[in-house]
This record gives sequence, structure tokens and C-alpha cells, in this order.
Amino acid sequence: MKPGTLRQILLITDGCSNQGEDPAAMAALAREQGITVNVIGVMENDVIDDKGMQEIESIANCGGGVSQIVYSQQLSQTVQMVTRKAMTQTIQGVVNKELQQILGNSVTMEDLPPEKRGEVMEVVDELGETSNLEVLILVDTSASMKLKLPTVKDALLDLSLSMNARLGNNQFSVFVFPGKKNDVEKLLDWTPKLEVLTRVFPKLTTGGITPTGPAITEALDYFNKKRSLRGLLSHDDEQYFEESI
Amino acid sequence: MMMNNTLRNQFKFLPGHVIKGKWNKNTYKVIKELGCGANGIVYLAENDRQQLVALKLSDNGISIISEMNILKAFSKVQGSVLGPSFMEADDFVVNGKNMPFYVMEYIKGEGYLPFIQKKGQAWTGVLVLQLLSSLSALHKQGWIFGDLKPDNLIVTLPTYKIRCIDVGGTTLIGRSVKEFTEFFDRGYWGMGSRKADPQYDLFAVAMIMLNSSYPKRFSRKEGGFSQLKEMMEQKKEFTPYKAILEKALTGKYLTAEEMRNDMAHVLGRHSQKKSAPAAQPTGKPAATRQARRAQSKQITRRKPKYAFLETFLLILIVSLLYTLYIYGQLL
Repeated sequence: MKPGTLRQILLITDGCSNQGEDPAAMAALAREQGITVNVIGVMENDVIDDKGMQEIESIANCGGGVSQIVYSQQLSQTVQMVTRKAMTQTIQGVVNKELQQILGNSVTMEDLPPEKRGEVMEVVDELGETSNLEVLILVDTSASMKLKLPTVKDALLDLSLSMNARLGNNQFSVFVFPGKKNDVEKLLDWTPKLEVLTRVFPKLTTGGITPTGPAITEALDYFNKKRSLRGLLSHDDEQYFEESI
Repeated sequence: MMMNNTLRNQFKFLPGHVIKGKWNKNTYKVIKELGCGANGIVYLAENDRQQLVALKLSDNGISIISEMNILKAFSKVQGSVLGPSFMEADDFVVNGKNMPFYVMEYIKGEGYLPFIQKKGQAWTGVLVLQLLSSLSALHKQGWIFGDLKPDNLIVTLPTYKIRCIDVGGTTLIGRSVKEFTEFFDRGYWGMGSRKADPQYDLFAVAMIMLNSSYPKRFSRKEGGFSQLKEMMEQKKEFTPYKAILEKALTGKYLTAEEMRNDMAHVLGRHSQKKSAPAAQPTGKPAATRQARRAQSKQITRRKPKYAFLETFLLILIVSLLYTLYIYGQLL
């Protein structure tokens, strides 16, 4: 199987959205376009309330991704774990689809005997190592996130360290919401390395509102722009994993 | 990471519970829980031939299959006795839900850190030496261990051999390390990438040594080599290993063998130095008596040498006088 490109949105937040459209609906829209949405809820001394928890879970469910609530000390490990887990899920979805074409409709990896499953898993691992990855990171910069931002920065640097150890190529882009003028602001354009964040992050100002829905919408637009631009420029026939879990 | 409590509660099996495989139909009787990791629970169990085995059960089919693959690959690595040997994999069906599990050799022993605490720091060097030999064999087969840490190491009891109980981090050289623990991870300290190479493991070995003197570990401040060096210099037990640790931390050792050789060298010198002064206080009166006897022996031994010299001189003088006499006669 030829390695394709996995596309993900990683949302890092600490609570409920309070402006704009329903983020879960926007996540579902992303999923339709083959983009997985993962959500990480960060706590420090505060606790995320039930409503916030529910929203985090439903965004990830609708977006076909993974969600995890953590204390900020564990953020680094979680960010890379969540990203990898979502990659495996997506690849597994593709592999399951192929299996169904070969073996019949209701067959998934779980139905194979352990030996065969192991062989299929080797393929999944191989693809996880070699496929290209595009992650658009959305960072909540509402007032309550202020103290957690240095940890977020470290976690993102750690993510680029982990992902860049793979054989496949990586592209990262970082958006923050709320931005200075708009709901969402682009902080970093597509780049394989996130080291630049060290300079950009300390200058961030935090605002009051949390427009999570509009942020996901903006992220989708940006993904599509990249795709169409690339199509125009190179006409390359790079395949995308159409997500299907 | 927050522990998956649902897995713990839902699938916590009490001693006596029988786990039966869906495919191979083997049965295992749970004896006790050995440990609980991020990916599942490990039980000590008894198979139908009354052998003790370790059985890992998970509700997350994905990670456990990857682990099983690694364990199988590991078992093929010849000469490496680091990890447990793989026995079989199967599914256990609970309330219609498939729960994959695999069975491996049960390694009995004591955790690395408790062992060192009980037996003393002197064991650190020996165990690290053993560990390096095993790593060397593994690296030669194209793999690195990845998630090396004391929690994954066990010292088997009657034989004092170091073994590893969790091989989930094992990675092909050149690939990315997926499972790691921050304190032992080169990337976390800003000392290199997370791409698997032998140096990645050797960095972790050095950190294991640091960990045995800092049981509570320490967190990254400014990171980088300076902090690690400072922590190393604060403990005097690292003095003999200073050069080795520095080389391992900065990735200067290309192979585990090189580090092992240096380690063996230091250990040899270290024990020599230690044993020499140790012998003196216990046998002091004996030593002086011995010394006196040795002295007198030396004198007696020197006698034949002097005798030889005397004879030689005598012959020389006599022959000289004789030559003079002959010379006189001739004139």
C-alpha cells in the first residue's frame, strides 16, 4: 500500500466554547472531508466542568478522533500519544475497508485469528511510520489558558520531535483563538518544524471569549486552500486517506 | 496519563477466574494481578500443564497486537535473553466482547531499584554490564529497546540476571520511538532525536544509573547536558563512571560493546583499589611478621649472589697476581 497523507486537527482547550456555531457540528463536517479532529482538555489547578467534558468528547466523537483530559504536566506525552492513536485509527479504518472488500462486508481486523491480525497490524504500523502527516493545531487562548501556554508550547515542540523521528513527512500549522482582531488568528504557516514557536508563543495575548466552532471552520478552510493550491501547482496525485471508522 | 479505570473495573479478574481462549481453546487460571499498565493488565496465571505464565489482557486490540508482534520478533533474536519469551495469543470473550490477550514466560524476580536498595550500589555496575551485553546482542539484530527504565527491569532471583518484562517500546533501528518515559528519553532532555539508534538506548542506560542514586528522579529545568552533568557531579558515587556517563549521555558511544568495555575496565580497577586497602587492617600483625620473615629470607637469598661475587673477585685478584708473577718471570 502506498503511503498517503493523514490530516488532523488538534484542538487544545480548557473548557466550553461560548461563541459561534456548534463545534461538534463543525467537527463532523471536517470528518466528512477526511480530516480527523482530536481534542485535548488541559487542567491545571482548575477542573473542567461536566459541560466542558461533554463538549470535548462530542467534538472528538463527531470528528472521528481521540479525546483526552489531562493535567498540564502530562500534556507532552498526551499530545504525541493522541496524535499517534488517531493516525492508527484512521489507517485501521482504511485497512478495514480493504479487508471488507476482500473478505466480505462484516469482517474487521478483530474478527481475524490473532496470527493474521498480527500480520495486518504490521501493515498498519508500517503505514503509521511512513505516511505523511498534516496537523493543524488550534490553541485556545482564552484568559484561563494564560498560565498553561508555556506548557502547551513545550508539548508542541515535543510533538514535532516525535513526529519528525518518523520516516514520513510532516507539516504543522498553528492557529490561536480568539485572535487579536478576528475570532481566529494564524500563528504559524505550514512548516515541518515547530521550533519557531519558541519566539512566537511568549508574545501571545489572551482574550475572554472561546469561539471553538469558528476556529474549526477556519481550520477546514485553510486545509482546503492548501489542497487546492497544491493541486493547481503540481497536479500531484497524492492520495489522501479518506477516513472511515 | 489518566488510567483507564473502566478497563480496571470491568475486567478485573479475581484469583481462580478461568480465562479460556476463543481460538486455541487453552485455559488459564488467574493467580494474581502482577501489574497494570496503560495498555492492559498483566496477570500471573497457571496453564493446563500447571506452569506459571504471565498473561496480558487488554480491551484495546490495537496496541496489544503491536506489542505481541514485537514480542514475537524479540523471541527470534538469538542470544538475547532480555525479554520474556512469547507463548501464544488468543481472544477471551466476555459478555460478547472480544478481549485480546497474549501469554508469555513468567519472569520471577525483584524490581531493579528495590534490588539495588536492598543489596547496595555495588550491584549497579554488574547489572549495567549485563544489561549492556544484552543490548549489544539486540542492536546487532537491528532493534533497539526504546522504553528502557528501572520499572521495566527485573533481577531474577536465584541467578541474579537482569531481564526485561515490558518490550512494548522495542523499535527497528531507523524508525521512530513510540513508547518512552520522559526521564529516560533523549528527546525530552534536548539531547537528540527520537529516531531509534543504539545511542538512544545507551542514553537511557546512563539515566538508569542516575536514577539509582536519585530514586525520586528529577524534572527538567533548563534541560540539556549542563543540568544532567550537575546532577551527576552532586553524587560522589558517580566519580569513577564520570567519563563513561558523559560519553553515553552525549551519544559518543557508537555501540553498546564500547560502553560495556569501558564499564568493565572501571569496575575491574575499582574493585582492585578497594580490595588492596581492605586486606591491610585485618592482617596487620601477621603482615609485619611476614615482612620480617621476608626480610631475613631476602638476606639469605642474597647470600649466594655475594658468594659468587667473592669468588669472582678472588679469582680475578689471584689471576692478576699470577699474570704479574709470569710477567716478572718473563722479564
